[in-house]
Amino acid sequence: MSTDVYVSRDASALAVGAEATARAIATEAENRGIDMRIIRNGSRGMFWLEPLVEIVAPAGRIAYGPVRASDVPGLFDAGFVDGNAHALRLGAIEQNAFFSKQERLTFARVGVTDPLSTQDYEAHGGLRGMRRALGMGSADIVREVTESGLRGRGGAAFPAGIKWQTVQDTKSTQKYIVCNADEGDSGTFSDRMLMEGDPFVLIEGMTIAALAVGADRGYIYLRCEYPHAHAALKQAIASAYAAGWLGADVHGSGKRFDLEVRLGAGAYICGEETSLLESLEGRRGQIRFKPPLPAIKGLFGQPTVVNNVITFASVPIVLDKGAAFYRDFGLGRSRGTLPLQLAGNLKYCGLVEKAFGLTLRELLYDYGGGSATGRPIRAVQVGGPLGAYLPESQFDTPIDYEAFAAIGAMLGHGGIVAFDDSVDMAEQARFAMEFCAVESCGKCTPCRIGSTRGVEVIDRIIADKSRAGIDRGKNLALLSDLCDTLRHGSLCALGGLAPDPVRSAVQYFPEDFAPRTIA
Amino acid sequence: MRSIAESDLGTPAVRSAKSVTLTIDGFAVDVAEGTSVLRAAATIGINIPKLCASDMLDAFGSCRLCLVQIEGMKGYPASCTTPVAAGMKVTTQNAKLGDLRRGVMELYISDHPLDCLTCTANGHCELQDMAGAVGLREVRYGYAGENHLDVKKDESNPYFTFDPSKCIVCSRCVRACEDVQGTFALTIQGRGFASKVAASQDESFLESECVSCGACVQACPTATLSEKSLIAMGQAEHSIVTTCAYCGVGCSFRAEMRGEQLVRMVPNKDGHANHGHSCVKGRFAIGYATHPDRITTPMIRAKISDPWREVSWEEAIGHVAAEFKRIQAKYGKFAIGGITSSRCTNEETYLVQKLVRAGFGNNNVDTCARVCHSPTGYGLKNTIGESAGTQDFDSVEQCDVILIIGANPTDAHPVFASQMKRRLREENGRGRAKLIIADPRRIDLVRTPHVVADHHLPLRPGTNVALLNSLAHVIVDEGLVDDAFVAARCEDEAFHKWKKFIAEPRNSPESMESATAVPAAQVRAAARLYATGGNAAIYYGLGVTEHAQGSTAVMAIANLAMLTGNIGRAGVGVNPLRGQNNVQGSCDMGSFPHEFPGYRHVSDDAVRASFEQAWGVNLLDEPGLRIPNMFDAALDGEFMGLYIEGEDIGQSDPNTQHVTAAMSAMECIVVQDLFLNETAKFAHVFLPGSSFLEKDGTFTNAERRVSPVRKVMRPPAGYADWEITQLISNAMGYAMNYTHASQIMDEIARLTPTFKGISFAKIDDLGSIQWPCNDAHPQGTPTMHVGEFVRGKGRFLVTEYVPTTERVNAKYPLILTTGRILSQYNVGAQTRRTENVQWHSEDILEIHPHDAEERGVKDGDWVGIHSRAGETVLHAKVSERMQPGIVYTTFHFPGSGANVITTENSDWATNCPEYKVTAVQVARVSQPSEWQKRHEANDRQQQELLEHAIPAK
Repeated sequence: MSTDVYVSRDASALAVGAEATARAIATEAENRGIDMRIIRNGSRGMFWLEPLVEIVAPAGRIAYGPVRASDVPGLFDAGFVDGNAHALRLGAIEQNAFFSKQERLTFARVGVTDPLSTQDYEAHGGLRGMRRALGMGSADIVREVTESGLRGRGGAAFPAGIKWQTVQDTKSTQKYIVCNADEGDSGTFSDRMLMEGDPFVLIEGMTIAALAVGADRGYIYLRCEYPHAHAALKQAIASAYAAGWLGADVHGSGKRFDLEVRLGAGAYICGEETSLLESLEGRRGQIRFKPPLPAIKGLFGQPTVVNNVITFASVPIVLDKGAAFYRDFGLGRSRGTLPLQLAGNLKYCGLVEKAFGLTLRELLYDYGGGSATGRPIRAVQVGGPLGAYLPESQFDTPIDYEAFAAIGAMLGHGGIVAFDDSVDMAEQARFAMEFCAVESCGKCTPCRIGSTRGVEVIDRIIADKSRAGIDRGKNLALLSDLCDTLRHGSLCALGGLAPDPVRSAVQYFPEDFAPRTIA
Repeated sequence: MRSIAESDLGTPAVRSAKSVTLTIDGFAVDVAEGTSVLRAAATIGINIPKLCASDMLDAFGSCRLCLVQIEGMKGYPASCTTPVAAGMKVTTQNAKLGDLRRGVMELYISDHPLDCLTCTANGHCELQDMAGAVGLREVRYGYAGENHLDVKKDESNPYFTFDPSKCIVCSRCVRACEDVQGTFALTIQGRGFASKVAASQDESFLESECVSCGACVQACPTATLSEKSLIAMGQAEHSIVTTCAYCGVGCSFRAEMRGEQLVRMVPNKDGHANHGHSCVKGRFAIGYATHPDRITTPMIRAKISDPWREVSWEEAIGHVAAEFKRIQAKYGKFAIGGITSSRCTNEETYLVQKLVRAGFGNNNVDTCARVCHSPTGYGLKNTIGESAGTQDFDSVEQCDVILIIGANPTDAHPVFASQMKRRLREENGRGRAKLIIADPRRIDLVRTPHVVADHHLPLRPGTNVALLNSLAHVIVDEGLVDDAFVAARCEDEAFHKWKKFIAEPRNSPESMESATAVPAAQVRAAARLYATGGNAAIYYGLGVTEHAQGSTAVMAIANLAMLTGNIGRAGVGVNPLRGQNNVQGSCDMGSFPHEFPGYRHVSDDAVRASFEQAWGVNLLDEPGLRIPNMFDAALDGEFMGLYIEGEDIGQSDPNTQHVTAAMSAMECIVVQDLFLNETAKFAHVFLPGSSFLEKDGTFTNAERRVSPVRKVMRPPAGYADWEITQLISNAMGYAMNYTHASQIMDEIARLTPTFKGISFAKIDDLGSIQWPCNDAHPQGTPTMHVGEFVRGKGRFLVTEYVPTTERVNAKYPLILTTGRILSQYNVGAQTRRTENVQWHSEDILEIHPHDAEERGVKDGDWVGIHSRAGETVLHAKVSERMQPGIVYTTFHFPGSGANVITTENSDWATNCPEYKVTAVQVARVSQPSEWQKRHEANDRQQQELLEHAIPAK
């Protein structure tokens, strides 16, 4: 009887040698005459364990990790085919504390199934949402999404149902569904993991959106730095066409939905929806002013739903289990789950899908295991490069859009980057401003000139530290005024939010901007 | 820099029937729905600071100076991108807004040179104005940070400079290039702080795709893009609205002046034909007016081999009168005549025909329209009843299908082409207009940025009628006729006769394919689109008229429009694109041997009586000589004196050797011009004329729009052209006593029903007027034939295709066709005397690679072009714009001898020459043709005779 072995194809696993591990397993099995089927699944999201190998043993699915290629003969020797003991044996992954406490709704299949198998997808609950949607009117689909409380997971957290409603209400012969897969925030990877680990759920979510608003064409705008996600999406789309899930007659509904992937060209700003649309139209990635909203005048001037990967991928479960099921997760206006991404100086980095409401501290310590260096965590940047730097005093803030907004921070796309006490926050502030300068599209004046001037002013403040701080007050005041101009004057969120990490660094870590004591 | 005389409301006007009331700083304002808050404020005199906004361009929202606060809206929305809403309460100034604006200005100025006092834009710099408006007092960033202050200036373009150190990256130039001009030559390259304006692939402006229309220069808020003339002279102190003297678009300009010195021409935003846009000719190619070649003293000579003798005006005029009288005494009163020019004003052409009819006592007056659009007059008059286009230019904005045949708007009518391209790009409520092009060449519009023709029908030259007939055949054959329109609006009998004819199988695209070489399926598809695609308009040019069947083709065009009901409302119609500024006007003014002003035949007793009464003379009821008849009569010894105002028959008329022989046979040729042109080399009297900048009058453009021409400087020789005509008339014994050009227009209005309501005062009041302007249409008539045709019912005319006798054979296997190029104009007398020669310094022969290969011709080779009429030599350019078997050249340079090879074949109805079809052979040669050598020698001799002119005593 053939034995199934799972080795991740996720980029994070490949980066640490999963390909060699998989090859070694295949070779070893062949040499030993063992009939073995290697399935390349998504990642479980526990990156310190990659390359993670799971074998379907008589006792169930047993994990080993991290498994280097050189470990493989030893594993076979130890009888891992039967799930036997070995130094790398982890047992059932679902029982690992990092995993078992999670609430995996959107990521339910990621790391579990063969991401490119339509059978596997269906066998693990795929298409259930779609089938229910097919039996509903478009208005009912939109209502279901609205009532679920699902908000845009790209960062802006705009209620998805309201956006869909606008597109549905806008009369046009042509509407589009656009997936923003230009995941560019530092420390984020949930979109990538999902596209590599369960691309059909994204396709299903986008197709449901198309049915809901009356669109017949969709695009996935993918950052070009995600070649594995690109390959997975292309293959999944081809399979979906072959299965009749896409094309002229989606699931026999008589409705057409065509979907294709378009690659970005390396600009962070194209993750902003209007720049994304410009880029998708073949133009420079530059911000369009709003109004008109993309929902009314989006791609090629037509009503367009633009949502993030996770937003679309959360739709099937909402439709499958109903709005109430999803809404029952979370708190306040933050409903459902959020795939949080732990990165930076943490012991355990990876993906944690959890209902809103746990605290930042729980994430950092209960999941992240504290800093990787063992030193105290001094600062955390949540929500990407434009998110505020939070000090330890804010770690009890619950993961909740409104709670974060209340402390001048944002959850954004759920990226969490931790720093230990060796960090220089003046340098981090400079980095944030420099990021804005490098990634500014250059359309609006505050961001185009202001970000560069911001770096220069911070440089002067840093230089001033060794000159007894003669101009410190003046430069800090100028920096504060500049942040104000950026915040209120910029055309889009890049310039508008760039001040947040800078201001929070100055506010919470003033000592890093103070002159050094002269002996 | 925008005009010194214009203000800017920030965003374009919005057309909406619904109006919205809002409050701005406590003042209520009513504006059209969709208007921006910025514009709404400007309309009540509240000027919100702005830099990236302009009412010539769609809102962009980048400078962030126009931020305002709006009750109930969070943050600080940009007023340029925020549409008004009913009940909106806007605050444009408060402490917070002041801080934000100063913050933005502080950033701008931290990367801008502080040489305001010596800067070109000083006095009209928007950046400077805004620094003042927001109260910027210091730049705390200092000037030592990263900056663009040392970036090199691009001075490659002959007319303007690009100084990136002064650029504020507002994108107005880029947007003007895209939205206004539609060339897409400019872009912003790089991102963030490195963002910069780049031409094409970061090339110099001269080498880039830039067409030098100047829209970017006009759009620039700083000195980044500045006219070289402005740099040289400084700011103008006054401006005068006038009309361009180049093509038939008739753009309105503000001539910006320092005293009598012209600083620059800025297209007038209020101009009805051009809406603030221009091309390289109208805006920049003005230097000819003050070129040293201008002749400023009258000259006479007995023989053309004599040196010129400079004389006083009295002597010159006296000599002309004496000679003309002598010739009439010797050869009879029909032995002299006059030629008017489409480059002169309405008043001037009117006066020349009056001089000929009343002073010379004959009808020997013709105009250069003879050789361009005379078939338009004939063809349209006989089908729809009026010798003019049916629409205004703005009509194109409501087109759904545009059919261009025998016209190349991007080169010959560039400003209208830009408007057309906008319609071909935009996705408004109707969707973009579809485009059908019938042209032997792949003209730019076949494929240009963001415009691709839906159908290109690359017909063989000389087969327009075959193609037009087959289009009509398909419409009849496939039941696509607008029966209701035809029944209600057209003559029944004529229609049925025509329908029977057109339905015959020989007119089908399948049958005509052998003549046109256009695949029948393409013709059928194009016909279906034209007939069923919504509002369909036909735009045509000299590629239709300059054929043996020019008039037939015009009638076939009118037939198509009537057949499909595409006439009599906005968005449709028959639109002749007139080549020169005043072709329409010179025709309207009776510059034809058979017609009085207003296209009324000289044999019409009532009309003639009205002129006889007004002019106090008896007038002839027989038509006079057409231009080619004059040449023939001269060679027969019967036509000996010719008064030519502003026209160069020596270069522009076909079969040059025939023309020069005729001129050589005449006894007194009087040329009134700016320069010693080709004709003047055969002249006995030269009367120095005035440029359009030096006189008052009117031009009538292709849309029947009568626009003002206004004197901005004195004529160097002292007289406006109409004054010279008046002097001649008085000397000949026929009294004229006009003291101002407006009096001539008053007389035209009295005698011409279609001009009845026109006067200088009314033109000044309205800006321009489209005739007919009469009691029924006191404001003029944008669209003609509404409700009924001018002639009552529209008349279908049978348009039998008759192949031209000019055919290819073994000896002349190629067809030569001719046309124009953007940078040069007509005979080039003006543009050759400007820096436009940098783009086109000689006429070249375009030849398809296949034909070139067969003849061993490579790019840049000298090639001889032989026809039955003559031979000339040009440099070759191998080009796939051509189809095999067809070669192409322009006719802007006299030495090119393009018309040495064109034949005397002409339109059956109007004698318009068949310029567009000449059978030729092309071969590599090593030296100029015999004609060119003779021409060069003659030219040298005539220049010497001019240089050695004997000064007046």
